[in-house]
Amino acid sequence: MTETATESSRETAGEPLLEARGIYKYFGAVTALRDVSLKLYPGEVLGVVGDNGAGKSTFMKVLSGLHSPSEGTLIFEGKPVHFSSPRDSRELGIEMVYQDLALAGNMNIAENIYLGREPRRKVLGGLLTLSDHKTGLRMAQEHLDNLKIHVKSVEQNVEELSGGQRQAVAIARSTAFRAKVVIMDEPTAALAVKEVGKVLDLISGLKERGISVVIISHRMDDIFYVCDRVMALYHGSNFAEARLEDASRSEVIGWIMGSKEHIGTVAHDRVQ
Amino acid sequence: MTASSDLENGGLPEQADTDGIRTRLLPFMDRFGILLVIVLIGLVMWFLQPDVFFTWRNITNIFKQTAANGMLSIGMFIVILTAGIDLSVGSVLALGMMTLAVANAGGMPWPIVLVLSPLMGIAAGFINGVGITKLRMPHPFIMTLGMLFIARGLANLISGGVPYSGLPDPVRFLGSARIYLGELDGTRLNLPVVFLATIVVYFVFWILLEHTVFGRRIYAIGGNPQAARVSGINVDRMLVAVYTICGFMAGIAGLVMAGRTNSGFPNAGQGMELEAIAAVIIGGASFFGGRGHVLGIFGGVIIMGLIKNGLNLNDVSSFWQQILIGAIIILAVFIDVLRRDLGTRH
Repeated sequence: MTETATESSRETAGEPLLEARGIYKYFGAVTALRDVSLKLYPGEVLGVVGDNGAGKSTFMKVLSGLHSPSEGTLIFEGKPVHFSSPRDSRELGIEMVYQDLALAGNMNIAENIYLGREPRRKVLGGLLTLSDHKTGLRMAQEHLDNLKIHVKSVEQNVEELSGGQRQAVAIARSTAFRAKVVIMDEPTAALAVKEVGKVLDLISGLKERGISVVIISHRMDDIFYVCDRVMALYHGSNFAEARLEDASRSEVIGWIMGSKEHIGTVAHDRVQ
Repeated sequence: MTASSDLENGGLPEQADTDGIRTRLLPFMDRFGILLVIVLIGLVMWFLQPDVFFTWRNITNIFKQTAANGMLSIGMFIVILTAGIDLSVGSVLALGMMTLAVANAGGMPWPIVLVLSPLMGIAAGFINGVGITKLRMPHPFIMTLGMLFIARGLANLISGGVPYSGLPDPVRFLGSARIYLGELDGTRLNLPVVFLATIVVYFVFWILLEHTVFGRRIYAIGGNPQAARVSGINVDRMLVAVYTICGFMAGIAGLVMAGRTNSGFPNAGQGMELEAIAAVIIGGASFFGGRGHVLGIFGGVIIMGLIKNGLNLNDVSSFWQQILIGAIIILAVFIDVLRRDLGTRH
């Protein structure tokens, strides 16, 4: 919690969209999260960094409702909320893009985008409810066009897509229903180099639509390309936090390793 | 430099060609290739037994003989779609059949006798589903293997291990009734009710799997259960439903077989779980879940029936039938492996 408040009023004005206060998470005797807090403002991209086991993924799972916090509160749009499953958080507009993408390879792009929220139509005078494939295909095409994601056909099976295209489908899926917050776990980790840029541009596109994004990433390039702010977790606690223009790469890398010491010595390394 | 650009140009049309195979031929063959195989087998049989094979009597006979397997296989299919397995269907068939026969011998009215076999199937399937999800069995194999023994034991227990014969007509209707269609060249054309019933059942399953949310979610669970779970789908509840439906179909198969044989015998359906699995695999479903179509399963059932029938007509020992079915299972899966090599990019 270092130096946020001063000049950040430009973009972080007003209430945070999503706030976590004093989150603790215990797994048996292990304390995975210790008094972790976060504020996410509307239309902001927040990078979350930390070493393996620092609690990033656990914290994201708390935010998305997959885990419920052992202690602490989540506040969404000014009101305390409690999620007992991802379904609850999703109803409020908080979506998660999992690292393994959670797509069904044997199904087409449209079906993956609307999995769990399939468009339906009634037939036989309302006696029978069927899955409305046609509407699903049309909605998926429109949605992908909107996000400027190009695929051969929305009827293509996901297993036929490249890693970058899959990531794009996963992001499209997360934004298909008026998402306000999208949480992404390592969105570029599994991608070929040439696909990383496209996915990052897609993330910037979400920000332009006013969607707040939380990104977990190991890649400093990603963080410094798309994020407005970066926060570091270390051993399950908040370690440091700064607006991007106030941070350098080596500083952030230092945070990941639990050190704030060489901030001064590598000041020439500052980006932007 | 020129050599490499030549190579690129030379590579392009070939790329386009395999793309054509991928996008047009493969999906078509996936769905309808099995019909081609059936026609082929049919032609061979016809060639070998020109007088007998392609007669109305023989064709309807094939359908009568395969009906029970057809009912089991479609239930097995939706279980395999979820990457599961149900080893208990043969025993559940016997349990349904014996419950029905014993109840009838005990003087129960036929409307109750009629629904007993499907009800036993539903109960066994429900227990399978709850066991797999709530007892957190490491694999459906374990739970349904247990049920295989339990249901077989119960079938023997309630009947004292002896067959019961003689059932009222309404109970036999599904398995043995025929609809008279008319006469053609002096032969009476009778359509077995069970053939119609099989068609209706497969049509209902086609609607279920291709056009309902429930069916599409079955495919999704088979494709990636984690994806289904984080999409808010209650995977456990879906699995209970799927195993219950499979059990129900085993109960229906019990009713069909009781009707056809006019009896109940406690060792009925022995090994039929394996025949159902064979039909599903020949029909193009994947053991890893999420793959296969109703039409393919129908084809798999028919192929098994055709081969048995053809070998019987040609007086080939039933031992050879087993060997041939085994070879076909391996061949069918090998073709699928080759197909997948073509269908996926490397």
